[in-house]
Amino acid sequence: MASSKLYSDEVSLAVVVVDTNPLFWATAALPFADFFAHLIHYVNSLLLLNHLNHVVVIAAGLSSCTYIFDSSDASASGAADVAATFAKASRKMDEFIAEDSRATSSNGSVADGNAASLLSGALSLALCYIQRVFRSGIRHPQPRILCLQGSPDGPEQYVAVMNSIFSAQRSMVPIDSCIVGTQDSAFLQQASYITGGVYLKPQELNGLFQYLAAVFATDLHSRTFLRLPKTLGVDFRASCFCHKKTIDMGYVCSVCLSIFCKYHKKCSTCGSEFNRVMPDLNSVPDQRQ
Amino acid sequence: MYGVGGGGGGFNAPYTASARRRNHEDDEEEEEEEESGEGRVLEAWERAYADDRSWEALQEDESGLLRPIDTKTLVHAQYRRRLLLRSAASAAARIQKGLIRYLYIVIDLSRAASEMDYRPSRMAVVAKYAEVFIREFFDQNPLSHVGIVTMKDGISHRLTEIGGSPESQIKALMGKLECSGESSLQNALELVHGYLDQVPSYGHKEVLFLYSALNTCDPGDIMETIAKCKKSKIRCSVIGLAAEIFICKYLCEETGGSYTVALDESHFKELLLEHAPPPPAIAEYAAANLIKMGFPQRGAEDLISICSCHKKIKSGAEGYICPRCKVNVCELPTECRTCGLTLVSSPHLARSYHHLFPVQPFDEVSSVHPNRLGQKGGQKCYGCQQSFINPDSQSSLHVRCPKCNQHFCLDCDIYIHESLHNCPGCESQRSSS
Repeated sequence: MASSKLYSDEVSLAVVVVDTNPLFWATAALPFADFFAHLIHYVNSLLLLNHLNHVVVIAAGLSSCTYIFDSSDASASGAADVAATFAKASRKMDEFIAEDSRATSSNGSVADGNAASLLSGALSLALCYIQRVFRSGIRHPQPRILCLQGSPDGPEQYVAVMNSIFSAQRSMVPIDSCIVGTQDSAFLQQASYITGGVYLKPQELNGLFQYLAAVFATDLHSRTFLRLPKTLGVDFRASCFCHKKTIDMGYVCSVCLSIFCKYHKKCSTCGSEFNRVMPDLNSVPDQRQ
Repeated sequence: MYGVGGGGGGFNAPYTASARRRNHEDDEEEEEEEESGEGRVLEAWERAYADDRSWEALQEDESGLLRPIDTKTLVHAQYRRRLLLRSAASAAARIQKGLIRYLYIVIDLSRAASEMDYRPSRMAVVAKYAEVFIREFFDQNPLSHVGIVTMKDGISHRLTEIGGSPESQIKALMGKLECSGESSLQNALELVHGYLDQVPSYGHKEVLFLYSALNTCDPGDIMETIAKCKKSKIRCSVIGLAAEIFICKYLCEETGGSYTVALDESHFKELLLEHAPPPPAIAEYAAANLIKMGFPQRGAEDLISICSCHKKIKSGAEGYICPRCKVNVCELPTECRTCGLTLVSSPHLARSYHHLFPVQPFDEVSSVHPNRLGQKGGQKCYGCQQSFINPDSQSSLHVRCPKCNQHFCLDCDIYIHESLHNCPGCESQRSSS
């Protein structure tokens, strides 16, 4: 199996998760239209690399997520005209953004200008799609996920994003992340580190396509021969549930694994009552002797 | 019948190919899914002969014709039964699970384990699935500990110390696969009881017997030992490979465990893997407590130190630094060798959170009116975009999430509940609260 791989190009399935958060793009250095042009070039070049390559684009908005583009639909309908296909994708994107902003305004929960996109939903959709490709037979393309993220992380999505990351890790799907915003994303740093993907925050956003083509267009097999950006130290320290402080040492509830920075009498998450602090197993007998 | 065995020259190629796949089967779940996917494509005569109960895949229809069972709906029905059972068990207002478990797996290596009703032998099947189980166990319970005990020649022997690393356990087990003599439940219980008495009070103490024999050869009164285990709050479960035995049933009933007997290899695997998710916590079994834990960081690149676990020189970036005593450890989760602090990383904790926030079971929907569904735009699975309209079967059974009302196909249903633990529909909506 390994030997045959050496001689054939690997077929990849790239699921691209695009952050369409209007609050972010309103203030971004790179206008969304330019960004979308870079994205289309990238998708096109992936499809040109190998005619069996398969690209799916999922949009993650403020209030909803949806599939924008699926290259298998495009080829099935016999649309040879690339321009028409992408005009359709772009129209679908516009529709989605309009629909999403309508949903957001009717919902009314996003009052402050700092809401996160629904990364967890988009990742879950991507993973469901990838499972379908796995089911399609033994010679399925090699899947990977690329997240183009601009808006900051939403702490309320923590559990769902982590669940998606672990599921991706189990199915050996790397999650690549490209940060188009100003601040690093702790979620995606962990995602790329745990699943073995590439995490990159481009310096010069006007050359976004260069970064996409040079780093994220390579299939998984070629990556073993390339020197891709290395993931720098990922901070695996936890933040406590009570004050959201990042801590080195803390107390963990044995029932629900909630993290606290100091000793409490009762767990605020699961309601268990604690009788006393666990003495460290080794230190107490030592003192007595 | 000669051709069925794959004896003809022309059949050799598919036979060896599928046999090779079979070996790869348990490497990871991924490969296994591929295998089953491929298995459906292969015709009956192309399959390896190992599938020796082929008549069980047939059923009689009303006119007496033999038809293959629609395995997909059957598998899904089975899975739903399990799911509903599980969600009913944890229907209490606040779910509490025993997330920190100390488990001894007791493997029966008596003469009975060499019986060949399982292929190639009971022992080999037990070892094969014990490996799968240990990996799955650590995947689901990253903060738990496992040890292995074997029973043979009337005595029991601790193969591995209770620990948190799957690799060392599996390696030790694979090296020690010989069976002889009788097995003794009492000796094994006494041994395990001795070890489990030392674990911290917040840990859930469990023993899982993989029992091949139909008898137990004990030196004393086993009832006393069972009473002792009950007093120490050790939860004992047994999976039998032969037939139900009274003493095993009694043991499990007394200590709050579960007793099951496997019908065949796949059933055995299913029963074994049911022990991987954490059991509901029983208040008096383990005292709730706050455990002091450290969240170590990776060391600096230029720091060279000797790691405390292998006594090898490592650069700081390869290991983690204990926040209390600053000693270098190689992997997480572990216990600091110097100061005894439990060292974990936040993803290890996050791995267990899905047990506390499970996805609700979806409702089954059978689309009687495909046209009406089409109007609602629910013709496709919300997760994977697969169309529900299946050309070769009339039944387009699918499921709906009760919260977000999105429709999902059966495959996505299983994936969402077994691996993803997120509902894509609910996650793609902003909750108004």
